[in-house]
Amino acid sequence: MTQNVLNDPTLLFLGLLIPLFPLLGFLVNGLLGKFLPKASAGWIGSGVVLASFLCVLCIFNAVSAQDVIRIDVFDWIVFSGIDISFGFSIDPLTVIMMLVVTGVGFLIHLYSIGYMHDDDGFGRFFTYLNLFIFFMLLLVMGSNYLMMFIGWEGVGLCSYLLIGFWFKKDAYNDAAQKAFVMNRIGDLGFLIAMFFLLFQFGTLDFAAIEKLVPGITSHQGLITTIALLLFIGAIGKSAQLPLYTWLPDAMAGPTPVSALIHAATMVTAGIYMIVRSNVLFAMSSVALQVILAIGVVTSVFAAIIGLKQNDIKKVLAYSTVSQLGLMFVALGLGAFTSGIFHLVTHAFFKALLFLGAGSVIHALHGEQDIRNMGGLKKLIPITYITFLLASLAISGFPLLSGFFSKDEILAHAFQQNILIWIILSISSLLTAFYMFRLVYLTFHNSFRGTDETKHHIHESPWTMTVPLVILCALSVVGGVLGLPAVFHAQHWLAGYLSNVTAGSLPYLHHPEHLSHSLEIILMSIAGAGAILMILFARHQYVTKKQLPPSDVSLTGFEKLVANKFYVDELYERFISQPVFKLSDAFGGFVDKQIVDRLVNGVGTLVDMSGKTLRLFQTGSTGFYVFAMVLGMIVLFIIRLLI
Amino acid sequence: MGTVEHIIPLNWYIVLASFLFCIGVMGVLFRKNGIIILMCIEIMLNAVNILLVAFSAYSGNSDGQVFVFFIMVVAAAEVAVGLALLMSIYRNIGSTNIDVLNKLKW
Amino acid sequence: MMTLLLLFIPLVSAIIVYLAGQKLASKVALSLAVVELVLSGVALSVYLKEGPEPFYIFHDWIASPKISFHLALDGLSLLLVLLTNLLTPIIILSAFRRLIPNAKSYFALILMMQFALVGVFMAMDGLLYYIFWELALIPIYFIALRWGGPNRVPITLKFFIYTLAGSLLMLFGFIMLYWYNPQQSFDIRELYELAISGSNQSWLFWMFFLAFAIKIPIVPFHTWQADTYREAPTQGTMLLSGIMLKMGLYSLLRWLLPVLPLGVAQWGPLAITLCVVGIVYASIIAIKQNNIKNLLAYSSLAHVGLISAGIFAMNLHGFQGSVVQMLAHGINVVGLFYCADIIFNRTNTLSIDGLGGIRNLAPKFTTMFMVILLGSVALPLTNGFIGEFLLLYGVYQYNVWLCVFAGLTIILGAVYMLRMFKKVMLGNVGSGVQSFPDLHWNEFLALGIIVVLVIVMGLYPKPVLDIAEPALQLILEKSIVQ
Repeated sequence: MTQNVLNDPTLLFLGLLIPLFPLLGFLVNGLLGKFLPKASAGWIGSGVVLASFLCVLCIFNAVSAQDVIRIDVFDWIVFSGIDISFGFSIDPLTVIMMLVVTGVGFLIHLYSIGYMHDDDGFGRFFTYLNLFIFFMLLLVMGSNYLMMFIGWEGVGLCSYLLIGFWFKKDAYNDAAQKAFVMNRIGDLGFLIAMFFLLFQFGTLDFAAIEKLVPGITSHQGLITTIALLLFIGAIGKSAQLPLYTWLPDAMAGPTPVSALIHAATMVTAGIYMIVRSNVLFAMSSVALQVILAIGVVTSVFAAIIGLKQNDIKKVLAYSTVSQLGLMFVALGLGAFTSGIFHLVTHAFFKALLFLGAGSVIHALHGEQDIRNMGGLKKLIPITYITFLLASLAISGFPLLSGFFSKDEILAHAFQQNILIWIILSISSLLTAFYMFRLVYLTFHNSFRGTDETKHHIHESPWTMTVPLVILCALSVVGGVLGLPAVFHAQHWLAGYLSNVTAGSLPYLHHPEHLSHSLEIILMSIAGAGAILMILFARHQYVTKKQLPPSDVSLTGFEKLVANKFYVDELYERFISQPVFKLSDAFGGFVDKQIVDRLVNGVGTLVDMSGKTLRLFQTGSTGFYVFAMVLGMIVLFIIRLLI
Repeated sequence: MGTVEHIIPLNWYIVLASFLFCIGVMGVLFRKNGIIILMCIEIMLNAVNILLVAFSAYSGNSDGQVFVFFIMVVAAAEVAVGLALLMSIYRNIGSTNIDVLNKLKW
Repeated sequence: MMTLLLLFIPLVSAIIVYLAGQKLASKVALSLAVVELVLSGVALSVYLKEGPEPFYIFHDWIASPKISFHLALDGLSLLLVLLTNLLTPIIILSAFRRLIPNAKSYFALILMMQFALVGVFMAMDGLLYYIFWELALIPIYFIALRWGGPNRVPITLKFFIYTLAGSLLMLFGFIMLYWYNPQQSFDIRELYELAISGSNQSWLFWMFFLAFAIKIPIVPFHTWQADTYREAPTQGTMLLSGIMLKMGLYSLLRWLLPVLPLGVAQWGPLAITLCVVGIVYASIIAIKQNNIKNLLAYSSLAHVGLISAGIFAMNLHGFQGSVVQMLAHGINVVGLFYCADIIFNRTNTLSIDGLGGIRNLAPKFTTMFMVILLGSVALPLTNGFIGEFLLLYGVYQYNVWLCVFAGLTIILGAVYMLRMFKKVMLGNVGSGVQSFPDLHWNEFLALGIIVVLVIVMGLYPKPVLDIAEPALQLILEKSIVQ
């Protein structure tokens, strides 16, 4: 693994421009927005992201698998034992992430021009969106953990701002706050992990730590602690059990936000972070097993909840949680490249699904309940076709992008632990089912809303459909990034990222490669399963025209699932409420009745003694003289005794 | 001076001074008339004066006697002020009984 | 010369403002405070060029007991003097366009306060320092007593007596130090070299610690704080929370740790535990406060708890963090209290439940409020983050579990601040909000300066770290028992 540091000033400049463009867009839209015509905000916002994307493409051209670009902007926190610079480093992993962030980001900006067209906060929306892209780029480009942390918390802030974008609704504000606070829980883990690293190595630089970590191989406990703390951060950001509940609520934000932040980019930051620290994680088998366990459980758990959701965006949200779980499984198996592969394809098809859902919502003027949809395929054909292809991709329909990336993870699972392979297969089958439940209920049969609504249904403007089509193309062919060896192809992504994950190879357990025939069998099983589930869904919802019953009529397990296993209620009951009660108890009782009483008690004591002692001041001179003489006698006696 | 024979032993002075002092204290404690109290204070001062003179004579050091002069001067000044106060009290309330003067309390 | 000018300009300004009359008072006060600010800027540049030597002043003052007029300006003092002189004009500016009865006395007292505060940060003789320390109490007492809210009298009295009681212990401590000092003086250089037995240091520790703990305040000596912050006029609250409590924190660094290393070694663990417990305790209380000023008071309590914990962690990272956070907290808390004042000025209420939806009416104000609030919850790229990062790292080196516990402030801080922001600024326009004009020029300017500082300090903290480092290094060397 030889690394080649590129020092070409043009490249450094380009690298610096990448985050600066969105920042510029943010500043222009944010500060000068009111002096510009309203429509310009969208074009400025999209333009700067496009500019960034072009810069990324140039860099992508220049950076080969062995290359790294380092840009140190200035010394940030540097003094005794701490050396943290404000700098960027661009390696293949970063390039991939940047491509996703700016590429998908640009498409979603473009889409938003149409989607947010009538909104009062049009300019504000693009301001926030640009800020998000800026922070996301900091996150993936940062050359050290603290830089990553800036982006990490910054995207959390943008997520907060955008979930609560329609700030007049209290429920949205609650969702925004919940997202921020739950992310902060994870961030604390991340922060403490950084302290461990900083204390151990005196630096947070990725490259330096990657070199230094092998030196502490004997401290297994320490490595595991650091890895698990980092993973807590990833759990919060990537919405894994037990900190996932903010993500479904985050659907309160405008749909492009859900597509960009809560599907394609921000929530995958946890994956990126672990791949970025792959050496550290690979050295701790305990940490990998924990990741694996949480990933597997989340993947199935969220898929089950997804079966019974009736809000078009909530289904997609739980699907995101489930897919993220799958990516963590890949990481837990040590297949870091596979995780990134699935991250990329997922970014394509999940962004597309959200945008498609947005297009549906746009057409129906805000309707999100799939029970009130149906029969839309004729009315909004472009949306339908793209949505259908994305659903096929996520379900693992053979030869689409999701098929390859998912299959790679499944193959790794099969190699290492057949039980995990079985669970994941079930989770994929569930995914295929609920996705097509969604497709059929939304687009097939006849329209179930009012005629009034039906009359207004129209296909979205070109700014919205063009991104759909492009993303659709990517979802279909995205698999070429990582064609498996069975197809006699190079796994391009694995080759491109080989240098990034090279450091972890010595610490990973390498089971024998699957024979090609076995691999083909596994693929066939997965593909056939997906097709079967799709047909089953078709049977249920198209042939039998079943409709999801209203929530009240559910019983037993179905009710439990429809209510998301009451996890929110449990958190409310056992975490939020106790904290609030504690706050009342501390503020009302401990502070006022105990601490302040004690303080006031001292004052009262002085006051009381004054009130008592002043009675000695009788005003009678005789008493004073008597007291004086008595005092003298007492002193005299004391003197004699001592 | 130190070698002068003393016919009267020192103890006698001390006893005398103590008696005088006690008389003064008792007077101050138990009499109510302001003038008498003032005089009793004078008696106490003089008891101390006697002691000072006696010790001074017996130790052959004249410092004590110098102090006596100081005390006499101060006492004279004090009597002057004290009597003036008493006069003024008498003019205001027609009595020198100190029990009447109990307004300054609590 | 520079030092004397820095010290006495506020005093002279106070007199001039008093003489200038009611109408001109605010403008004269602002311009004089700006003059002082410019001078501190000059002082900064001189310091950067020539170091602390040009600022050194030593004159005999009282022969017996030996008290000298000893002023100096090292990095630590310089930063706090800068903070004082930076915040004072902002505080004065915040009083513009408000109806203030008897304005000349009000502004004169604010400048008096500045004089005393600058004195505290520069005095290097124990008794001189003590005189300035007590002098600072007098103007704030009158400010709170004459211009405060409806409950001001008992609350101000309690505040005054409470802090005075603490100071008295400190005076006693200084007398004991004088006694133990073979040179018989209060000079800080000699106090740093004293060899006092452990048991005596243990007593002395409590005398000083209580005085500082009440001023800072550290839980459980904090009960004067929320009431006083609520009842004092806004400028008083800003002075108290922005600068005055930094006196306590500064004094921990300057007068407690290096003078009584054995006492600190003995009681430091207890002190840091108190601080950390206080952080969580105050944060939890803040969640359910219904008065914005009360909430800010408790959040401030949590923040200073972390600063003190960083100081008692006894390492350079904690020290540096405490200095950065002292500046950051000073700036942020003044901004937050100003926001509270702006809300009160428009709506006549500070009750969180009665407000809401201000964002609909005043977008500029909302943005500024948001940025300052983010600084306060320590979002990266704001000044609060650098401070909290270093402080928590300092505490981490002391004890991992304490760090985890103290780190809860990151979560709880987000909870109470965002909850307040949500209820006050977001949602539909609340019943208590009739009309809400957006920021006026003076408000825009004052908040604008604060917002810029929040971001600039967060983006580039290096100058602060560089200036503070030598002084803190010295203090650390003296504080650690060999």
